[in-house]
Amino acid sequence: MRPFRYERATDPASAVALLARSPQAAFLGGGTNLVDLMKLDVARPDLLVDIRGVTSRAIEELPDGGVRIGAGVSNSDLAADPLVRRRYPVVAQAVLNGASTQLRNLATVGGNLLQRTRCLYFQDVTTACNKREPGTGCSAIAGHNRDLAILGTSPECIATNPSDLAVALAAMDAVVQTVGPDGGRRIPLTELHRLPGSEPQHDNVLTHGELITAVDLPPLAVAARSYYRKIRDRASYAFALVSVAAAIDLADGRVRDVRIALGGVAHKPWRATRAEDLLRGGPVDEQRLRRAAEAELADARPQSANAFKIPLARNAIVRTVLDLVQAAPA
Amino acid sequence: MDTEITLRVDGADHRLTVDTRTTLLDALRERLGNTSPKKGCDHGQCGACTVLLDGRRANSCLALAVAHDGADVVTAAGLATDGELHPMQRSFIEHDAFQCGYCTPGQIVSAVAMVEEAATGWPSAVTFTPPAGPDAAPDLGPVDLAAQPDEIRERMSGNLCRCAAYANMIPAIQEVARS
Repeated sequence: MRPFRYERATDPASAVALLARSPQAAFLGGGTNLVDLMKLDVARPDLLVDIRGVTSRAIEELPDGGVRIGAGVSNSDLAADPLVRRRYPVVAQAVLNGASTQLRNLATVGGNLLQRTRCLYFQDVTTACNKREPGTGCSAIAGHNRDLAILGTSPECIATNPSDLAVALAAMDAVVQTVGPDGGRRIPLTELHRLPGSEPQHDNVLTHGELITAVDLPPLAVAARSYYRKIRDRASYAFALVSVAAAIDLADGRVRDVRIALGGVAHKPWRATRAEDLLRGGPVDEQRLRRAAEAELADARPQSANAFKIPLARNAIVRTVLDLVQAAPA
Repeated sequence: MDTEITLRVDGADHRLTVDTRTTLLDALRERLGNTSPKKGCDHGQCGACTVLLDGRRANSCLALAVAHDGADVVTAAGLATDGELHPMQRSFIEHDAFQCGYCTPGQIVSAVAMVEEAATGWPSAVTFTPPAGPDAAPDLGPVDLAAQPDEIRERMSGNLCRCAAYANMIPAIQEVARS
């Protein structure tokens, strides 16, 4: 690991100011991804600004009935929170489907959203990777790409976003709050991460020194009946091949509201708006779900080893929403 | 870049100077001579380095020592009290829940923490299966580990055992969870 300086920020403003001192500086949250990437020499910060004493560790109810999650809340505390479990079960579930308890105890909400791709080539400095070193090429396109993206890829990058939490938050219309050198702003979760395009080095739209302070969940009737299904190579403690966050609200047998987001398929959590639009207002059955899922995946462009993700994602959508519809009321 | 920190490890206070790059695992093993937490993968994937960090289990290989100045750390070596093994340690021995033993300190720390977590009602991914109906209130009470080996498997998935002694760890943990 390369040498670095360590500073502990005392409030969000000082954290932002400290980070502005160096273009190579990075915020340190739980460190579960950043420290690993530093060991791999993928991340090379010359200054770490510790923000664990700065970002809120509170989960609070908002006046409008929504819930605010402090960016410093640990993944474990988020998943165990009674309010989150009751109102947004898909969020608690998504978190619990990621990593292990040891990691979730360290990892923060803000850090979870900003974790980097687990593409093998991104993590291996002996290979070419446009995300790690722009302009060097993508080793994955002609290499091991079984785990990688099928939607929204570019000739420069086919990496996936690894976060489970982000997929659930995308389905729930969450909004990310930040402070930065130019003040604060609110960013819809679905607009926080970006597609790779010609600049795969940028995972998200945050500027250098911009700090996530909280994530707001809006009041959402549909959220009460929600579910996260993660499909992976082993039963636990692995990244998603495909995951689905879904929620549905039915009235008189018709879809009043429906939310579907996919993980493991793109450079960002993939909100399936096309499928949602096709389902909203109509009855819900296997055939209609299948057609909606197929419409969502019509633009999928698989690589040499991951075409299986297209039927897998389709079936995961169908199965997950059907399970929700068939779940017996308590 | 050197920084002075303090750590309480298995009840004893230590003051030490560490390079900012030093992980908590390396501080424990190389600086304080506590080789109970093991270095397996050193990337947070195997759990051999698991310790209780301020009361919660954590991968000490991914925690920078400088970021945990003043922390209270308990390793598997610190679980015994007055020369008596912790019930989880005894249960692992009685159930032959290990083979080579390298992952065992991490497994035991993890299992001790897990029993506490389940008792306080922390859910796991398994707790949520299958999906609940629209009006279902979540059960926020303690999780019965003894009756649900799937819960133990899921909650212990952050600790790998290359000898695959998992089969005997389940009854070892069930026995402690029952008591």
